[in-house]
Parts: sequence; C-alpha cells; structure tokens
Amino acid sequence: MDLLRFATAGSVDDGKSTLIGRLLYDTKSIFEDQLEHVEQVSRDKGREYTDLALLTDGLRAEREQGITIDVAYRYFATPTRKFIIADTPGHIQYTRNMVTGASTADLAIILVDARNGLVEQSRRHAFLASLLQVPHLVVAINKMDLVDWDRKRFEQIQEEFTAFAARLRIRDLVIIPISALNGDNVVERSAVSPWYDGPSLLHHLEHVHVASDRNLIDVRFPVQYVIRPQTAKHRDYRGYAGQVAGGVLKPGDTVTVLPSGFSTTIEGIDSLEGPVQEAYAPMSVVVRLTDNLDISRGDMICRPRNMPAVTQDVDAMVSWMATSPLREGTKLVIKHTTRSARALVKEIQYRLDVNTLHRDETDRELGLNDIGRVRLRTTVPLFVDDYRNNRTTGGFILIDESTNVTVGAGMITDPH
Amino acid sequence: MTEKTIARHSYQLSQLRVLESEAVHIIREVAAEMERPCLLFSGGKDSAVMLHVAAKAFAPAPIPFPVMHVDTGHNFPEVLDFRDAEVARWGVQLIVASVPEAIEAGKVREEPNGSRNRIQTPVLLEACEKHRFTALFGGARRDEERARAKERIFSFRDEFGQWDPKNQRPELWNLYNGRIHTGESIRVFPLSNWTELDIWHYIAAENVALPPIYYAHEREVFLRDGMLMADNEFCRPRSGEEIFTATVRYRTVGDATLTAAVRSDARDVEAIIAEVGATRQTERGATRGDDRATEAAMEDRKKEGYF
Repeated sequence: MDLLRFATAGSVDDGKSTLIGRLLYDTKSIFEDQLEHVEQVSRDKGREYTDLALLTDGLRAEREQGITIDVAYRYFATPTRKFIIADTPGHIQYTRNMVTGASTADLAIILVDARNGLVEQSRRHAFLASLLQVPHLVVAINKMDLVDWDRKRFEQIQEEFTAFAARLRIRDLVIIPISALNGDNVVERSAVSPWYDGPSLLHHLEHVHVASDRNLIDVRFPVQYVIRPQTAKHRDYRGYAGQVAGGVLKPGDTVTVLPSGFSTTIEGIDSLEGPVQEAYAPMSVVVRLTDNLDISRGDMICRPRNMPAVTQDVDAMVSWMATSPLREGTKLVIKHTTRSARALVKEIQYRLDVNTLHRDETDRELGLNDIGRVRLRTTVPLFVDDYRNNRTTGGFILIDESTNVTVGAGMITDPH
Repeated sequence: MTEKTIARHSYQLSQLRVLESEAVHIIREVAAEMERPCLLFSGGKDSAVMLHVAAKAFAPAPIPFPVMHVDTGHNFPEVLDFRDAEVARWGVQLIVASVPEAIEAGKVREEPNGSRNRIQTPVLLEACEKHRFTALFGGARRDEERARAKERIFSFRDEFGQWDPKNQRPELWNLYNGRIHTGESIRVFPLSNWTELDIWHYIAAENVALPPIYYAHEREVFLRDGMLMADNEFCRPRSGEEIFTATVRYRTVGDATLTAAVRSDARDVEAIIAEVGATRQTERGATRGDDRATEAAMEDRKKEGYF
C-alpha cells in the first residue's frame, strides 16, 4: 500500500468541511464515538442537523467562532492507499496555511461553488498550488445539485479555469463535478451526471500516479548526522545519515562531497532494513564512503558531473508569514536542507498580486501573506537547485533571529 | 522486511516505510540540532514503537539520549516490567519522574477522586527543568484526538511548557524549526502521521515487543461509566459495581485508574490488526476516562503543558 498526501483548499462556504466529512464517512473512517460527539455538540448548539464541520474544527477558538484557524491533518485509508489530508483554511488571512499544507502535498483539491464559479480565492489557491509545485491538481466543482447538475454551467467553469491555468505551471489537472452534501461523484460515480465521463473524486485519489513525481535523476544527499559508534564491535564504522533528496544512490557509485569537492565512491548503503543496493527519496539511510573524508552535517553528497549550484546569492519566491513586514536589509536565519546560515535581504524585486499575478515592482516590502521575489545573500554557500526540479533542495524556511519564529518560506528560482 | 520488499515496486516505498523514514529523519534532526533531547517512555505501544524507531535511526551506534517515564504510581505491573526490560535491552538511561514522590514532598496535591492525570503535568515540567531538557519526544499521533490533529510535529512550548494553538510555527517541507530561548522547549512527535492501524502493522512487520496486556487475556473487571475497569489495588469497585471475569485486552496503557480494557479474543498481532481494522470506536473513546471530562479536555491539558 502506498501513501498520497493531499491538501484541500477553498473559500469559506464552499463545503470543504462537508467534503472531508463525506470522504471520511464514506470510507468508514469516522468512529462511532467521534460521530456521537459531533451529534451531541450539534444538539447542544441548537443545530437542526449533524454539523460535520465540527469533526474537523478541533480547537476551542474554532468552535467558538465557527471558523477554521489552522491546518489540520486527517487520515483515512482505502484498500489501495493511505491518505493524509492537510485541511487548510480558506480565509485570505491564512495564505500561509495553504502554503504550509501544500509544501508536502502530492495533490491539491480546490473547491469551487458551482453557483459562484471562479472567485478570487479559487485563482489564488490554483496559483499557490502551482507555486508550491504540487504535482497534481483537482478542481472539484461543488454544489452541482444547486445548479440542477447543469452541464453547461460545469463546462463554463471548466473552460474559465483551464484558460486561467494556462498561465500557471500546472502539470496535471482534473476537473470533477460533485455534490459533497449528497455524495455525488465523491466516492462513486453518480447517475445524476450522465454527461460526465471522468472518475469519481475518490477513484482519482486512489489511482493518480505519484511514483514518478520524485526526482530520480539528480543525486542529492544532504548529510544530516554522522554515525560513529566507536564501540568495540564497530570501532571503524563511520556513516553519514540522511534522507535521500533526489536521484538513486548505489554502492560503487563515484560521488562528490560539497563543499570540499572531494570525490570518492560509495562503499555501502545501510537502510533501516539493513544493507541495500539502491537508495532513493524519501528513504532515510546511512551512506558509507571508501575514503575517510572530513564530512559533517550540512554537507551534500552528489555526483561529479551533476551538482547543485553552490552559491551565497539566492533568488527565490518568498511567502511571508509574519505580521512585521519583510524589508530590504533585514537579517534572518535561513534553513535549507540540513544547513543553516544567516541571510541578508539584499533586494525585494517585486511583490506579486496573487489574484491578478501582476508584478508590482514599486513595492519594496512584503507584508503578512504576501508573496514576492527576493534576493538573499547568505553567510555560507548553500547547495541549491531550482525548486521546480527538486522541492527538497529548492525550498527553504526563514527564521526571525530574535523571536525564533518561522517567518517565511522560499522557493529558489534560476539558481545558476 | 527484506531488501526485496522495499524495492518491489520500482522506486516506490510502502506507506509504512515512508512513515518510518519520516520519523527517523525527525529523530535525527532533533539529535543533530537540539542540545538535550529526551524520549518520553510510558511502556505503551506508541512509545515502544518510538524507541524501536529511535534505535534504528542511529544503528549501529546507541540511542544518543535518555528516556523518561512520568510515573503516576498507578501502574499495571506488566508495564513496569516491560519498561525495565526495554531500557536494559537498548542500553539507554532511564529517568523516572515520580508523581507519588512529588505528592509526598508536598509539591502537588492529589485530586479528591484519586486521579493523578492533572498532577502529572507539573511533575513532568519539573523533571524537564531539573534535567534541562530542550526537546521531549512523545509518541502521540494526530489521529488520536481532535486537538492533536492541529498540532505541529515540532510543538513549541514556552518556559511554562504551555502550548498556544493560535500561535504555532508554520511547518514546511521536512524543515523543522527547533530554535528556542533558554527555558523554552520543543515537544517532538515523530509518529504524528501514523494511525493506530499503522502502529499495529509496524509492530507486526518489525516484531516490536509489547507488554502482554495488549493481547487478549482473562481478567477480573467491573463496569464503570460503560467502561471495563480492571480490579486492582488502585481501582476498586464501588457499591453496585460487580466484579466478573472477562476476556479482554488493552488498546492503550496509562494510569490504571483511568485506562479501561476492551472485550477481545485477539491473542496475537494478526488478530489485533483484524480487530482494529473493523472497530467502530477510537482507542481513546473506548478506553480513556480522562478525555471525557470536557469537550476540549485534551486541548486544555496541552495548554497547561501536558503532551
């Protein structure tokens, strides 16, 4: 059984909680005591129906205000796959939560209310999914029952979205008409839409091919931890622990270690199951090398003629997540793979209007939830790739040195 | 699992191996970046899996941090035996933070109903301060409880150990932010993305040892609030609660005054997997009195510094 991580996004009343409730309910992932609890609270609050949104709003403040304030993670499984849902709130002020949820997602579902068609938020969510390079996108046109399953209405929204998506970098797009409330086309194909010949939402989630989304070409192994037992039994053991970030590593391969630039060969790879002949993402392994080189955390193992850019000047799209604005001259901590450094904001090249995709080059600062292109200078070289080629070696976080809070997420562009 | 099963599909890890790799990555990050980590070990199934994964993360070197048991004094003896055997097997240092000792010293006061659930928190926080732990690993999972579903893998706690759900650090990709000021700490949950069923599949795949009370056995029990409580020295039937013998097992282990058994004939891991796969009750809903107190009981305790 394999794993699919997906993020859901949508604006406030488009039925996201209902859809998640429906997926969990129809796959028998809601337990009786959880359902009883939701029924009880619904009654206590004087609701006339069982409010499935209460299932996903776990915090006191969320229940008080009736809104979702943070990303929540939920789990369900079918006989073919296990699913992790990053349930991200739709409010504009929570763009950072969508970025957070999408950063690890294999797929994003954007909900659109069939009555309203594409709204600003739909476009913003699609843009964010493409910026974060979520490999697969599903647009679920919900509340089709409220437009009498009108085929023309569906096709109209489909065309509009496809035209907008052409301006973005979206690799795989599927558009599905659904009614989350009634369950049409969610788990099973429904008779109410004979004109729709695509899969149900769950069928698509179960069968979308994600194995090829990882980069199996460019070997990238950030050294995380050096394992040197120095015990009687393992006196000479020296291994480099880490999680493979790209490519396939094999014993006997010639590798180059950055930043030293020394080359050697892989003597062996110890996986969590014992020695292996191949290691690939996202395996956590220990790599042993033929020569005793000076290698420590933050170094990167790659192939001699296929190296990441080694640079102290990083250009990136930055999603800003703090209330105090990001300005030129700000100093921050950057965490990239297993390497941390200090970074200076040299230039804010533009702020992007995520609704119109317009680049505002006069705006020299980024406020909360803004996204812009930023040039950073780091104190030590980083080993970076274009985010579009590798989400692990192309992504980084920014940390405020005084508060220690994570204040930004970056996606590296054109590193060479 | 053998080498063959890992690479059975072309470059596709099974979901259990993805979860294991993710947990190992998190544990190694903490060991590499945080000054004084410690692993919370109760002897329950999740902490048994945690210890097993931690051992694999650093093999063939030993686990580079101690384990700590917050001991309420209301233990199932089988669990204490298991705890001591595991600690010896992995060669790790065991620290016991004792609630009875804290009561004796007058640092905490037992609640009238005898529950030591709330007073665990100050004992835990004091032990952390004494040993200057900056990171505490816990085996908690997001599928356990609705407040947990909102918590980060690196859960920042202020100098009072408090969780502020409205002010959590964004967590992106596999980049975790463990930077703290003196006195602050991080609770780390490497098994966040595992479900109860994943835990059991892993126990089966890896032959993880557990206390025997997880498997079906005969026990003297009585019914309280619809839950099957074991008759033991810490938890006696009140008038009207009749003792009878039943075939039961435990889905969670914790304080013996609060943890209930479930009726079960599952005597081995395979039978448990079948049972857990078919159950219609969450493990906490079925067996934990402590979460029933109020609508947001877990969230409230977490805000105070509980896990």
